[in-house]
Amino acid sequence: MQTNALYKALGLSLAALLVTACSSKDVKEEEGSTVAQVETATNTVDQAALDAAAREAAAREAQAALLAQTVFYFDFDQSTIKAESKAALTAHAAYLAANSTARVVLEGHADERGTVEYNLALGERRGEAVRRFLLANGAAAGQIEVVSYGEERPAVSGHDESSYEKNRRVEIKYQSR
Amino acid sequence: MVMRLMLSLLVLLSAAVHAELTIQVTQGKQSAIPIGIVPFEWDGLQPLPEDVRGIVNDDLGRSGYFRTLAAENMIGRPYAPEQVVFGDWKNLRQDFVVIGKITYDGSGYAVDFHVMDVHQKVELFHHRVRGTASQLRDMAHYISDFVFSKLTGIPGVFSTKIVYVTTNRERNRFNLNYADADGAREQLIFTSTQPIISPAWSPDGKRIAYVSFESGRTAIYFQELATGKRQMVLNMKGSNSAPAFSPDGQRLAFVHSEGGNPDIFVLDLASGNVSRLTDHYAIDTEPQWMKDNRTIVFTSSRAGGPQVYSLDTITREVKRMTFQGNYNARPRVTDDGRKLIYVHREDEGFHIASQDLATGAVNILTMDTQLDESPSVAPNGSMVIYAATEADRSILAAVSVDGDVKFRLPSKYGDVREPAWSPIF
Repeated sequence: MQTNALYKALGLSLAALLVTACSSKDVKEEEGSTVAQVETATNTVDQAALDAAAREAAAREAQAALLAQTVFYFDFDQSTIKAESKAALTAHAAYLAANSTARVVLEGHADERGTVEYNLALGERRGEAVRRFLLANGAAAGQIEVVSYGEERPAVSGHDESSYEKNRRVEIKYQSR
Repeated sequence: MVMRLMLSLLVLLSAAVHAELTIQVTQGKQSAIPIGIVPFEWDGLQPLPEDVRGIVNDDLGRSGYFRTLAAENMIGRPYAPEQVVFGDWKNLRQDFVVIGKITYDGSGYAVDFHVMDVHQKVELFHHRVRGTASQLRDMAHYISDFVFSKLTGIPGVFSTKIVYVTTNRERNRFNLNYADADGAREQLIFTSTQPIISPAWSPDGKRIAYVSFESGRTAIYFQELATGKRQMVLNMKGSNSAPAFSPDGQRLAFVHSEGGNPDIFVLDLASGNVSRLTDHYAIDTEPQWMKDNRTIVFTSSRAGGPQVYSLDTITREVKRMTFQGNYNARPRVTDDGRKLIYVHREDEGFHIASQDLATGAVNILTMDTQLDESPSVAPNGSMVIYAATEADRSILAAVSVDGDVKFRLPSKYGDVREPAWSPIF
């Protein structure tokens, strides 16, 4: 749902660009008698605009792909953000910085091993590590809340390492965009 | 809100999806005392609403301290001292025999029972207990406590209660339950779609403190068992968890965290004043009071991984208590102050360990269950109840503090977690 809203926003701006491109083409067709030079010039402008639009679209798509990543994993008994999480977290921070009304809850989780309260604290530490990263990259303190669920809400229910690594996580949940 | 809560409670109570804990003994003491509990004489026309002798027999048998004799292997069924043929019981290799008679006088039941010493050929004790039909189970546990304490010198805990949390596979239904220590007579205390953790008994056994996530953050609630009355006690910004009453009932230690740094705090219950006890950038959690009302044991990651520490609440001095292994957490101390019980990682497994506080010797109590957590010590210091994972489900299990006796309380429904053993009422 969050992703949908984002694509909708991107779709709108992309459509606007295409409308601009089309209208200049319309003008060109209406003025069919104008000299070739002008037409070429118009074509060049169109091409540049389209290229820019394509580049922008590609960049936005890449950004959207990063923003679509909302779950970040951790090592056992660790709350250090992994290198592989940083690009996507930076994108979330940029989004929050650009959208001051956006609000997120960071849900911290632990795998089932170890004790309930220690895992609650660990989940909170993980959420807090993500919060600090988002703040350092442009998000505002008022946009972020951390909630730890400890080991109470595993993503998957298995009792092996492959399940555990999916459960040691922070999930970014957008409350508003 | 309150109305809706009450309605959902009513619906749940009528639906009565019970965890139905049943005890399975997996290991007993080598030195268990052989005892014959003879079926009690009952001359009523109707069968008794409870099998009093059966409850006593089960209590003593699964305590691990006694080895009971099946009724079909008994030679006679005496119910008065003069009917006991000591030679028969000696041949059956019994040390003690318990006999008794149940009578009904129109207002209630009475059990007259006798504890007979086979070797000395004498009656050791004679006692009478009275109650209504609904109290027959309590009367049976009372008899068990009486026999247990007289013959072992240790107070019995058969009349105590446990609270625990049950949850479904989807983790969207959490029930806080209350039952007899043998799992019977389960009652629902509170139910929520959000997690419930860390139930703790008040020292008078009248209320439970626990953590509920219902408000969107972890908050601490008190609930009276007799009335069901519920009160939010701590909901400070950040998280509030791990409640622990002081033995005198005047203070509540808990964990509060704002900005991701959990520390130990204490709430004075009379004044409502909150004060901080630890201030460390590491995780400090799982406080538990010692009997002196002054020392707290707790888990801290200040040395890297979780280890157990003690905290003097007056001088604020902190001392490390565990040194063996890289994961020791959730400490509990037996009431006599002699043993520290905690979750210990051995290789890749999490087990319950007992540490002798005088010598420092560590004894792993539970190598046969997996992912052990949430140990809670019986009020007589004899047993530890804890949560473990068995065949993809979370169950309750118990082990004696010396590791000799083991039993499990598997549930027929869902996962059972976070047990807390009551004080002696």
